[in-house]
Amino acid sequence: MSLRPDLALIAHLVPNDTRVLDLGCGDGTLLAHLIAEHGCAGTGVEIDPQKVLAAVAAGVPVMELDLDSDLELFASESYETVVLSRTVQTLLRPKVVLREMARISGRLIVSVPNFGLLQHRLRLLRGRMPMSKELPHYWYETPNLRFTTLVEVEQLFAELGLVIDQRINLSLAGEPLGKRFRAANLRAGAAVYVLSR
Amino acid sequence: MADTTPLGLVETQVARLFTADDPLRLTGGATLGPVDVAYETYGTLSPDRDNAVFICHALTGDAHAAGFHEGAKRPGWWDNLIGPGRPLDTDRFFVICANLIGGCQGSTGPSSIDPATGRAYGLDFPLLDMADFVAVHRALLAHLGIDRLLAALGGSLGGMQVLEWALRYPEQLTSAAVVAASSRLTAQNIAFSAVARRAIMDDPDFRDGRYLEAGVVPRLGLRTARMMAHITYLSEDAFSEKFGRTPHPDRDKPGFGIDFAVESYLDHQGRVFLERFDALSYLYLSRVMDYFDPFSRPDAVAGIAADPVRFLVMSFDTDWRFSTDHSRRIVKHLEHARQPVSFRDIPSHWGHDSFLLPVPRYHDTLRAWFDRALREGL
Repeated sequence: MSLRPDLALIAHLVPNDTRVLDLGCGDGTLLAHLIAEHGCAGTGVEIDPQKVLAAVAAGVPVMELDLDSDLELFASESYETVVLSRTVQTLLRPKVVLREMARISGRLIVSVPNFGLLQHRLRLLRGRMPMSKELPHYWYETPNLRFTTLVEVEQLFAELGLVIDQRINLSLAGEPLGKRFRAANLRAGAAVYVLSR
Repeated sequence: MADTTPLGLVETQVARLFTADDPLRLTGGATLGPVDVAYETYGTLSPDRDNAVFICHALTGDAHAAGFHEGAKRPGWWDNLIGPGRPLDTDRFFVICANLIGGCQGSTGPSSIDPATGRAYGLDFPLLDMADFVAVHRALLAHLGIDRLLAALGGSLGGMQVLEWALRYPEQLTSAAVVAASSRLTAQNIAFSAVARRAIMDDPDFRDGRYLEAGVVPRLGLRTARMMAHITYLSEDAFSEKFGRTPHPDRDKPGFGIDFAVESYLDHQGRVFLERFDALSYLYLSRVMDYFDPFSRPDAVAGIAADPVRFLVMSFDTDWRFSTDHSRRIVKHLEHARQPVSFRDIPSHWGHDSFLLPVPRYHDTLRAWFDRALREGL
């Protein structure tokens, strides 16, 4: 089974035979892969009812919960890795969620769409709301509540005492941009961060 | 009509699992024998005996979960879930449902004859514990030649029994579904049970539990208990939707009779209950729920920590008998014990009763979860 590129990238960052909590797990594709191919154990959290059902069908332990309010269910230090993939921008209280993630696990993988992308800035200069492959929705129907640039999100990580162990810049197509890529805040469509406390 | 159900005719069997010489040793220290257990099975046990699913019934349920008894107009109480092509598909699963001990529908209970005295046990029947239900149903499995269950499923008290089973004997269950249940009744829950029991025991016909010998039944008390319980089984919205303030058709002028449709409903529920349930069983079984508090045991999760069980916990958002918070508490304990847990809070109008109804999101989840269990095997 070939994994969507952004999920394959995250799968690669999760050590084998560890416990993973996937927040915003969707239909459970990443977890099913980690369980089947990487010897991991894990739990998904998802709020969309159809996706929860799909995750159950995929054989993934999944909890239908609201990330903004329900993470207190999880014990401190109970997972080796906690993943928040393409979800942080949909949260009502991202700061609270990140703090909860850091309580649950010492290692966080967070992917963040970059509002500061040149293409977005140019649209804004023309008086239009930013839209792109990474932000494909009109303002009135977007599930995204919180928009950040990479620079801004890194400031929040620092404030929360989270250390950036790794940042993988992604193109708008979701492809990793390589180590020599520069000016990510202007040129990356998104980034995947590996964080530790 | 008996031939409209795909499962067709079914019969309740009775197995004698313990005898006076080889009695059941109860958690509370007493012994009980003989012990008979009424049960039904649906579907076919696979040659490898790896497709068995145990159904645990609720407070006033029985072994007749699906299909029709000869001449019956209504099928078993969970017929919408169990049968060919149903979420618990009897073309693929072997389904077992058994009546609880302490009950009154074929299994040994307080109104059974005590062989030592030749009369009904009455209040001499020993107090029971959730673990005793599990012990007896394990004995039934041994009787049927089944070592391990693919899954156990139960709602309300049944879900509590499934939880107890999984905690005590995780090696026997691959998957455990706990629906609309609780691991710890609240004071309000116990209060409702207390009023129900008081209604029964204060009925002059209760006669200290010796009513059977006197040829009477504490009808008023049992009826009141059931009427009150029914209020807790539905949500306020469900009552509004079902009855509103509709007057009863026979009402001519206001009085203290059955003036509103909802009163007629409760009256009917109370009456039909008298035909199928025993007052002593109501006392004994409801008391088991009051005392159930498995996670208070210091070693509660030692078993599942060593031998994880795949849990599915589900609640209904309008259930106020066992609200979503009860299920969340169970999930929290299991999650902290690092179990593979799935959890859903299902939107439904119908309150606690929802677990008996074919709510699409609920049944779709059970179907997907059972299919997964079968795919993964024991």
